[in-house]
Amino acid sequence: MKYVDEFRDGALAAKIAARLADAADPARHYSFMEFCGGHTHAIARYGVADLLPENVRMVHGPGCPVCVLPIGRVDLAIRLALERGVMLCTYGDVMRVPASGNLSLLRAKARGADVRMVYSAADALALSRAHPGREVVFLAIGFETTTPPTALVIRQAASERLRNFSVLCNHVLTPAAITHILDSPEVRDYGSVPIDGFVGPAHVSIVIGYGPYEGFARQYRKPVVIAGFEPLDVMQAILMLVRQVNEGRAEVENEFTRAVTRTGNLAAQQVIAEVFETRPSFEWRGLGEVPNSALKIRPAFAEFDAERRFALAYTAVPDHRQCECGAILRGLRKPTECKLFGTVCTPETPMGSCMVSSEGACAAHYSYGRFRDIAVAAETLR
Amino acid sequence: MCLALPALVVALEAGDDSVVELGGVRKRVSLALTPEARVGDYVVVHVGYAIGMLDADEAERTLALFADLAASQAAAS
Repeated sequence: MKYVDEFRDGALAAKIAARLADAADPARHYSFMEFCGGHTHAIARYGVADLLPENVRMVHGPGCPVCVLPIGRVDLAIRLALERGVMLCTYGDVMRVPASGNLSLLRAKARGADVRMVYSAADALALSRAHPGREVVFLAIGFETTTPPTALVIRQAASERLRNFSVLCNHVLTPAAITHILDSPEVRDYGSVPIDGFVGPAHVSIVIGYGPYEGFARQYRKPVVIAGFEPLDVMQAILMLVRQVNEGRAEVENEFTRAVTRTGNLAAQQVIAEVFETRPSFEWRGLGEVPNSALKIRPAFAEFDAERRFALAYTAVPDHRQCECGAILRGLRKPTECKLFGTVCTPETPMGSCMVSSEGACAAHYSYGRFRDIAVAAETLR
Repeated sequence: MCLALPALVVALEAGDDSVVELGGVRKRVSLALTPEARVGDYVVVHVGYAIGMLDADEAERTLALFADLAASQAAAS
């Protein structure tokens, strides 16, 4: 595919790796967080970690919306589907997320709930038009990439005066979460945050632009390089981060110039602002409550807000006590340092947020990275 | 979750709809968020919506940067 394959070229990756090896100062250690699950997945899948110098380490961040969706929010959707008889529509990624009572949306469907997997928010809207006698609820999740389509369907539902469509909104905000990683009181309990810079979001930045990270880079003295999701993009971004650290700079740089501008997509930002407002606080699975980190539907569109329409009350559900996701998401532990990793906690039976989706730090390491942990022992048999 | 792919706009349809081509597959996506997109442009498609434009010149520049890297490495060795 054009604009994809060129950015996966192995020979070029080796060249960038050589340049990285030259740039990295052997006297110091570099620790960078890739915020996005898309980057985590690319690093694991394409073996980018193996192409990095020994003293450059990647820390996997919380940028996977499926992973950070708290159990209590999935419980709300399951109860709507099982107890209130709604047609519950959502993206495929969310269907398998384990919730309370050994349930998931997929298992609720097996029990007879009407749960529909949709590719697009527009599909949920089409279902509500096709079934005027049913309450149709779209369980909306995602970062700023997925938010504008949700805003568009809510606006569309309002203009069509649809009476049977509503949205259970779980949209979260990237810059707030990045700041929280460096800022939260929990970080003091765990110790200092060993992160020298950030590989910034790809597709989120198409929508919001790279401007929103500039205050963060200045205030926390951490470089940010916006990067595309292909392996060459990630490697180039890491090279740019190494150079910034070497030169003592903490700036926002843009590697993903083919899609990201400073101001982003203004049409998308406009429809988000029209339909949504900031929530004072929202729970992130693995991070806890994060202030001003999520969106809710504005009062002007209240009738399309499933939380108001069905008077839903949120109850937080804690993760397994031995789950280390909180420390892993902040770069303080590696997946293999968690007692549950690969034993009781696997992609089939995830215990914590990092194992839930293939983009989570633990799931990516389980699928692609865990074989690198095993020392190769060759024996000659006579 | 934030998976998005570059696709070529091949036809504009009623409203904000369009047909895009992606690795030989044709698909209907909404251009409501990229009203400036025209036939022949590349857009970045996510959950059935084009969320941004892909700048072909910038893509070439980034690739040229990688290639320059390759050239300078070759010159050095």
